[in-house]
Amino acid sequence: MADRAPSVPSTSAPLLAATAPPPRVSKSTSAPSRIPPASSLARFGDKIYGAVTFLASLSIFIIILWLLYQLTGASLPAIHKFGWSFITKSDWNEETNSFHALPFIFGTLYSSLIALVLSVPISIGAAIFLSELAPRWIRTPATFLIELLAAIPSVVYGLWGIFILIPFLKLYVFQPVIQPHVPIYHRHLVHSVIRVGHSHLPFSYNHFDTTHIPLAQVKGIGFLFTGQSAGYSMLAAGMILAIMVTPFITAVTRDILRAIPRSQREGSYALGATQWETIKQVVIPYAKSGIIGAVILGLGRALGETMAVTMVIGNQSPSTPSGVSLSLFDSGYTMSSVLANKFNEAIPGLNLAALVEIALVLFGVTVFVNIVARLLVFYTAKDVHGGK
Amino acid sequence: MMDVTTQKPSSLQDLARSQTSTPTATKILVENVDFYYSAFHALKTINIVIPDRQVTALIGPSGCGKSTFLRTLNRMNDLIDGTKLTGKISLDGEDLYDKRVDVVDLRKRVGMVFQKPNPFPMSIYDNIAYGPRIHGLTNRKKLNEIVERTLRGSALWEEVKDKLKASAFALSGGQQQRLCIARTLAVEPEVILMDEPCSALDPNSTFRIEQLMEDLKKDYTIVIVTHNMQQAARVSQRTGFFLRGEMKEFGDTDQIFTSPKQKDTEDYVSGKFG
Amino acid sequence: MSVAPPHSSLLGKQSGNVARRKAQNVVMLSLCMLAAGLAILVLGLVLFFLLSKGFSSLHLSLFTRPPDNIDIKKGGMIQSIFGTLVLLGIASCLGLPLGILGGIYQLEAKGKFASTVRFFTDVLNGIPSIVIGIFAYAAIVYPVAQAHPGTGFSAYAGGFALGILMVPTVMRTTEEILRLVPFALREASLGLGATRWRTMWSVVLPAARGGVITGIMLALARIAGETAPLLFTILGSEYFSTHAVLGGHAHVPTLNAPIDALPLRIYNYSQDVNPDRQAQAWAGAVVLISLILVLSIAARFATRGNMQEEK
Repeated sequence: MADRAPSVPSTSAPLLAATAPPPRVSKSTSAPSRIPPASSLARFGDKIYGAVTFLASLSIFIIILWLLYQLTGASLPAIHKFGWSFITKSDWNEETNSFHALPFIFGTLYSSLIALVLSVPISIGAAIFLSELAPRWIRTPATFLIELLAAIPSVVYGLWGIFILIPFLKLYVFQPVIQPHVPIYHRHLVHSVIRVGHSHLPFSYNHFDTTHIPLAQVKGIGFLFTGQSAGYSMLAAGMILAIMVTPFITAVTRDILRAIPRSQREGSYALGATQWETIKQVVIPYAKSGIIGAVILGLGRALGETMAVTMVIGNQSPSTPSGVSLSLFDSGYTMSSVLANKFNEAIPGLNLAALVEIALVLFGVTVFVNIVARLLVFYTAKDVHGGK
Repeated sequence: MMDVTTQKPSSLQDLARSQTSTPTATKILVENVDFYYSAFHALKTINIVIPDRQVTALIGPSGCGKSTFLRTLNRMNDLIDGTKLTGKISLDGEDLYDKRVDVVDLRKRVGMVFQKPNPFPMSIYDNIAYGPRIHGLTNRKKLNEIVERTLRGSALWEEVKDKLKASAFALSGGQQQRLCIARTLAVEPEVILMDEPCSALDPNSTFRIEQLMEDLKKDYTIVIVTHNMQQAARVSQRTGFFLRGEMKEFGDTDQIFTSPKQKDTEDYVSGKFG
Repeated sequence: MSVAPPHSSLLGKQSGNVARRKAQNVVMLSLCMLAAGLAILVLGLVLFFLLSKGFSSLHLSLFTRPPDNIDIKKGGMIQSIFGTLVLLGIASCLGLPLGILGGIYQLEAKGKFASTVRFFTDVLNGIPSIVIGIFAYAAIVYPVAQAHPGTGFSAYAGGFALGILMVPTVMRTTEEILRLVPFALREASLGLGATRWRTMWSVVLPAARGGVITGIMLALARIAGETAPLLFTILGSEYFSTHAVLGGHAHVPTLNAPIDALPLRIYNYSQDVNPDRQAQAWAGAVVLISLILVLSIAARFATRGNMQEEK
């Protein structure tokens, strides 16, 4: 702009006026058809514009700080009363006003872990299939299905969990394990079960102690199957979470894989690598940081997920003394499901404060996981690209 | 672009016959190759004899099909949906597109260097060891030996010998391209295809890679696609001129540049269009 | 430098290594295919049961009547559908201005502060919605209830919670979309002496209009299905709460009283032992998903229109 201005003298004045202090220029010239110089009003407008957008972006900090202030303030009584024992002890009793959250924290972490164990291999495999292997006629509808499922609200997944997943688990997983002697044909009533909901099971058990079943006696893995079983279980929660995060992790991973330059794959094929060797040794390492990020963001979602988990996990801490159990068949409780169940009935005072403190812990855990995910992505990306 | 099928193939066939009668041995023989991207007819009745242990250059304006042709020689186009090839390409007398041919075997013997350097996201060492490793070599000593030999072969050893564990992305563009050449040499191919290997590089790096080709042709058959006619004239013994999917002329490089038989070739090498 | 190795035959027998590698290739690729098949099967089952159970329970009274506690089958959930729309409206009043203006700031600003804002936008995005619900309870419901016993749960509180959820989503998508507008376009306008806000208003925003609308639609689609933040803020209701304004000539929804929402109603009915209620939960799920789908498809069309303009 600067080197053109002299060659077009007739327009140079207004151009200058927009950048230089206007009064001198505007007074010294009086050409009739001049564009009016940028007024101080216009620059005032820019100032307002800058200020308003700045304030809007500040709202992020205001919200986070306000949220922290409210949660901390409301949970102070519980923090003072219980200190660190809040997260290390297990007793939660409204009558004795004794509130400790270890079983819920454990439930949140364990259900999310189950979800990741189930979901990650499938999601990554599916993403590889969709980006590297699938012909177009499969890819497009499959991608659409996955995007659709990523948009389904969690309460709907919960509904599905209650009326489809839990009857299925009872009939085809829990029943055969708990009562292996019952002939298999009795179990083929699944259609009627699914049609009428969970209240018409062919076998009546509401709570079944699985501690003495053969599978629970197996060394090494037995601990996964002991405890009380009622269909509503840690396994159901883990599975429903897995079903919910799979579309998310698959979609993000697929996008990352698609973004890898074609030249990377061609370079590997040109050396005589097979397709799997190319995927494993070139494509995945290239996408590593992104995939880790996707998985951890999926973890963040699973940790905070409320409705679907609340609807299938049983909402009861395992009956072990610590309230903590690795059993997949036992019911459980997560931080978010405790909040969903108890918050509206809480007695103002210590009880309410303890529940808000759970929200604070949940906030802390998810923020921590999110920050770790982003930093990890940031640093591994740096590492892969050699500091460039 | 549409009336090309009317081109008389007889003269090209004659040319192909005359090519086979040259003293050097034939490495790759291309007979009546047509190539399609879905409906687009990208290559039309190509006939070429690529001599053993020489540099063959393919020139022509962009979009003329020379890169597509290069990629048919190690079946790189197989990776693209909807492509079709008719005709016959043989390597040492064996049909590349025979059903029994495994592309993995083929690409081990016919390596490729790409237009833009594409090192893998791993260390310099691992980039070169990648090929030998996938082909089953795990002996650490032998790998070290291959890494050093190929890096020396690609004139990169002196620059990187102290940082073999560094990320390949930390190298300059020219170094990355030489690394990609070294990576190709490490699987000991017989033919090296180069797709405009210098187009993304500065003149100094270009010079080094041209020197390298001069060395490599003692042991390898090289086919290079280039849009730089000076480069073709400097490095190659044979030159083919592509235009709109056809190979207009093929012959000794000296002859193509000094006394082209076709009008189009003459126009192109004298810079009338490009 | 090595001499080229002795020629092997392409058609001859493959070495053991190649056979093993090809077998490995087939096995691993099949496993990937299996994983995809499993994922699609399970996800397909979700969709199948949702549609089959939902559509079989769908009937017109769902959209015309509130719940009927005497003849359950005759009841509907119009107050829930209405409540969800009201909540989306309130949430938009809070979430859209903050989100869009903040996104514009993130586009214009550079340096450490801007990237810090961006980072914390992601952090806020990752906070579980139930925590936001508790926040809205502590910030709005509880103080109001202290001041006026018997009140507190309100459409305002629910809309506030959903609006907070919208802010980071809208902010990020707005910034990303605006970033797609070529910088040259902005420079051209600034080069003519236009002020920054004029450039944004008359050049950048119109160019990115479709994309920004897409971002808004997707954010609405996301919060339309949220249940957890509503549990402690709107409480739920089986009635239309309206009150008279203009001296009884018009009725408008009461926003400072409990209100219903579709996802909350689905949750409540899913916990009901009555099979008719359960059926209505399935039908409600279909309605909710249709609403989300409409928003998503509208979003897609908005982007498509935009892309064609740019071509």
